[in-house]
Amino acid sequence: MTNIGSYEERLKDFDWSISEQELGYEPGGRINIGWYCTDWNCQKGLGDKMAFFWEDSQGNEKQYTFDDLRVVTNGIAKYLQELGVQPGERVCLFLDRVPELYLGFLGILKMGAVAQPLFSAFGEESLFQRVQPAETCVIFTQRKHVAKVRKILDKLPKLRHILVVDADPDKLREKEIAFDLEGLPRVEEFEAFPSEAETPSVLHYTSGTTGQPKGAQHVHYSLISQYLTAKWVLDLKPDDIYWCNADPGWVTGTSYGIIGPWVNGITQAVLDSGFNTERWYQFIQKRRITVWYSAPTAIRLLMKEGTEVVRKFDLSSLRHLCSVGEPLNAEAVHWSQEAYGLPFHDTYWQTETGSMVITNFPGMPIKAGSMGKAFPGITATVLDPRTFEPITQNGTVGLIALKPGWPSQFRTYFKQPEVYQSKFKNGWYVCGDRASIDPDGYFWFQGRDDDVINTGGHLVGPFEIESALLEHPAVAESAAIGKPDPVNMEVVKAFVALKPGLEVDDDLELEIMNFIRKRLSSLAMPQEIEFVDKLPKTRSGKIMRRLLRAQEWGEPLGDVSSLEDD
Amino acid sequence: MDDPRQAILDYVRREYLEEDDDREVDVETPLISGGIVDSFSMVSLKRFLEKKYEIQIPDADASPEAFDTVDRIAELVKRFQGV
Repeated sequence: MTNIGSYEERLKDFDWSISEQELGYEPGGRINIGWYCTDWNCQKGLGDKMAFFWEDSQGNEKQYTFDDLRVVTNGIAKYLQELGVQPGERVCLFLDRVPELYLGFLGILKMGAVAQPLFSAFGEESLFQRVQPAETCVIFTQRKHVAKVRKILDKLPKLRHILVVDADPDKLREKEIAFDLEGLPRVEEFEAFPSEAETPSVLHYTSGTTGQPKGAQHVHYSLISQYLTAKWVLDLKPDDIYWCNADPGWVTGTSYGIIGPWVNGITQAVLDSGFNTERWYQFIQKRRITVWYSAPTAIRLLMKEGTEVVRKFDLSSLRHLCSVGEPLNAEAVHWSQEAYGLPFHDTYWQTETGSMVITNFPGMPIKAGSMGKAFPGITATVLDPRTFEPITQNGTVGLIALKPGWPSQFRTYFKQPEVYQSKFKNGWYVCGDRASIDPDGYFWFQGRDDDVINTGGHLVGPFEIESALLEHPAVAESAAIGKPDPVNMEVVKAFVALKPGLEVDDDLELEIMNFIRKRLSSLAMPQEIEFVDKLPKTRSGKIMRRLLRAQEWGEPLGDVSSLEDD
Repeated sequence: MDDPRQAILDYVRREYLEEDDDREVDVETPLISGGIVDSFSMVSLKRFLEKKYEIQIPDADASPEAFDTVDRIAELVKRFQGV
């Protein structure tokens, strides 16, 4: 029996108060995510239960019970208080998937500050674009990444401390402090910050078509959605061992790599390692993983390795598989059925939604290639792109939109309320993706409705790449688009016009690729650069990215009347 | 045929480690599974190899496993140099 039971029955009388009651939360009362993921489990008698198995690629291992989580996160919260961090201030986690990331996240929330996780593979420019506008006061990082913080330190006047979790005390520089999790006192008594429903909790930066990344601000009440979606969609049960592949630098890694499993009192396992097929299967076998939340890019990489390698391992513990990040193609669903005897269940949501909104539920017939159906309590539709009225005809493609008001909805873009307002049309939150709905209510993804590039399940803004390209001394003008890719759905392709007098040589393409990789991230690095004499522009001088994209995808060029003449 | 290992190792250290990163990287250090080079960055490493050694490495051969250590990458280079 699945946790959700009958989807149709759940729809009939659904109310988010189901989640509130199970969490013992009363409207107007206190709700602190850090406390719920730790102390609440101990109060329920789960203190001795294993909460966290962690291991890395070098074979290092650590493990924590829920009581360990409680006292260690108390220690982190107290440490931050003594450091002078105030409730509401932003504390950044710029870390690989080390225990300090997971426990630090909860410690920050426990003392009332706002957790700002950032993908540790970001280069210094991407880091700056997110830490500077957030006015971040403390950054947790590690030796291998601290150089990126040092490079931008002069431009971060609000940054007071850099906590280096594996520091060599002799090599610390300005504002740097050695943070030793193992040596930190385990604190038995700590009163969690009395946060309420609308108290800010997590700040996740996300890329858009225009401008620099925007900080989607979430609040502690998001827990209501995250708890129930983890329970009903991931189908987490007391004896499960859960593995989420996502890095907490992205929203999946926090909503379902930290909050979802732990508020449900579930044991989770984390592997801090890059992709390696056999290593991953070995991890599933060793940890007896039962529920696995992965991503289409990873699944397609596993598909490339075939089913023979699957047979070398005992993966019989697996009982439920889910996927997120980009549309899961039908072939991947069929392959996982063949390889693991189980289909991957695709789930759809985004940074701004804070939790899953359209999903394939356990026990529900899967239509391979479909996004599934709206979660109970979520009113989802597709809108006519001109009128923003819901489309009533099945199979017609429109803009995916949600009725505002679900608990984990983002509350604003940090210090950009006008951009936040622009996401709402005719009383709907518009997600920025296109889909159709079939007669059975299943959603079918069609693509983005803007120029944002979805590569390996991560959104990359073309403007960020183009801005960085212009900083290269050889580049006069540039455009970045997504081009089709069999593994990552899209990868970045750049069109570059060089400055007068410069010529393309063998090394320049590689030099520009590495330039972007180091400044922004490997995700943003163009995997192809096409050197052109000039870029197509409107008569007002705006680069027509749309035209380049249509050419790349073999789509109709559309209206080109505004194209400037030669 | 020259052993390409040192040149690849130098390139990996120069391009994929931050200047203050004091991790030891040798020819057997896991690069992909060890988190030094991710699957996206592999593309620029592959491009470097193709230019330096004037070879073409088919995408099907450029797997995370084949790029996981300098030793394995050098084997791959030698294989395609011999084609």
